[in-house]
Amino acid sequence: MSTLSLTSAFTLLLKRDLVLAYRRRAEMVNPMLFFVLVTAMFPLGIGNDPKLIEAVGPGVVWVAALLAALLSLDSMFRSDFDDGSLEQFMLSAHPVSILVLAKVLAHWLVTGLPLFVVAPLLAVLLNVPSSAIPTLMLTLVLGTPVLSLIGSVGVALTVGLRRGGVILSLLVLPLYVPVLIFATDAVKTAIVGIPTTAQLSILSAMLVGSLVLAPMATAASLRISLS
Amino acid sequence: MTAASSTRTTTAFEARSLECIRDDRMLFEDLSFTITSGQALVLEGSNGSGKTSLLRILCGIRLPESGELFWEGDSIFRLGPEFHEHMAYLGHKDGSKLDLTPLENLRIARGLGKARADIGLEEALDQVGLYGFEDVPTRNLSAGQQRRLAIARLLVTDAKLWILDEPFTSLDRKGIAHMERLFEGHLNRGGMAAMTTHHRIGFRDDVQLVRINLSER
Repeated sequence: MSTLSLTSAFTLLLKRDLVLAYRRRAEMVNPMLFFVLVTAMFPLGIGNDPKLIEAVGPGVVWVAALLAALLSLDSMFRSDFDDGSLEQFMLSAHPVSILVLAKVLAHWLVTGLPLFVVAPLLAVLLNVPSSAIPTLMLTLVLGTPVLSLIGSVGVALTVGLRRGGVILSLLVLPLYVPVLIFATDAVKTAIVGIPTTAQLSILSAMLVGSLVLAPMATAASLRISLS
Repeated sequence: MTAASSTRTTTAFEARSLECIRDDRMLFEDLSFTITSGQALVLEGSNGSGKTSLLRILCGIRLPESGELFWEGDSIFRLGPEFHEHMAYLGHKDGSKLDLTPLENLRIARGLGKARADIGLEEALDQVGLYGFEDVPTRNLSAGQQRRLAIARLLVTDAKLWILDEPFTSLDRKGIAHMERLFEGHLNRGGMAAMTTHHRIGFRDDVQLVRINLSER
């Protein structure tokens, strides 16, 4: 297969998933709504102690983002599995890992990017100092694609199961922990005013690593789920 | 002889002693066959005799317990996507997105395979009798029309080998006869097919069928 048709297959699939998401946009708002609601509940539950809210702020934003990502994962391959499209992808003339990458990218654009957009507002709500907000945004833009990529492996393994929900969480959440630790640590460090290069570099490394490895693992997992 | 035999090339799809076990039950063993251009493999057998499993093995979605499959002499498990550009699979599920229009669905099918240059997407829809339904959401089509769309998908790629699992499901009698003409056309162009159907196949007499009955082996 020539490189040209491979890129066009990639963009074709990306566009397809974005069009499908647009046609069912009501469902696609769910993760973002969940993110906003959970984060907005925390100050109400904790009470009016600005210091305390400021201390838990970065953690709350990140845990909510992580759960929102987990909530949206199942939709990545579910409908394609149910209607047989996934079989057709496995039998396409292109490497499955490239098609997987297109689907993960579309999934992140639809579910991850909105979190990134509303995060600054929620950070203000949680009393995160404005000096740390750019760092928070940076951790989200580096971290949420990792969540989608790692999640895709878990979804691919559980898509063939009737009730894969709990197993999916058990599979994926432990792998999310490093992202959570380094991302929240980066924001906390930024609040104190210390450079965060180390944490951000590690997050970037995680992104590059999962970008290379996750699509291949997902393609192999899908093959297992379908056979 | 027919025009098909004069255009015959060396293209062949060969299965060597395939074995399939499902839930500790032996579905078939030591199953071998070869089909060449213009020939159709017709699988027969009662429910649960392994027809679908065999077709999925032929596609490469499922692995056989033992045995090998060769496309033009090369193992399909080694060829991977290179084999897939020569084949198209129509399974129990149509593989169409209900939220997209037939035209959008076909465009994706063409992009995923090796596009056939001599047929447009509208023309393919016309050939399966979906002219005028290009922009209707696939969800609004009837079950038979959705099946026709799935068959149109076979037409838009340059696949030589069509693997068809009950292709006539939910088609009316006229539709079945029409699709049989389409399949004959594919075989006459030098294509191959492997199919199962509960319907009695009404291909012309000069179409070469290789029949395998999985229940009587």
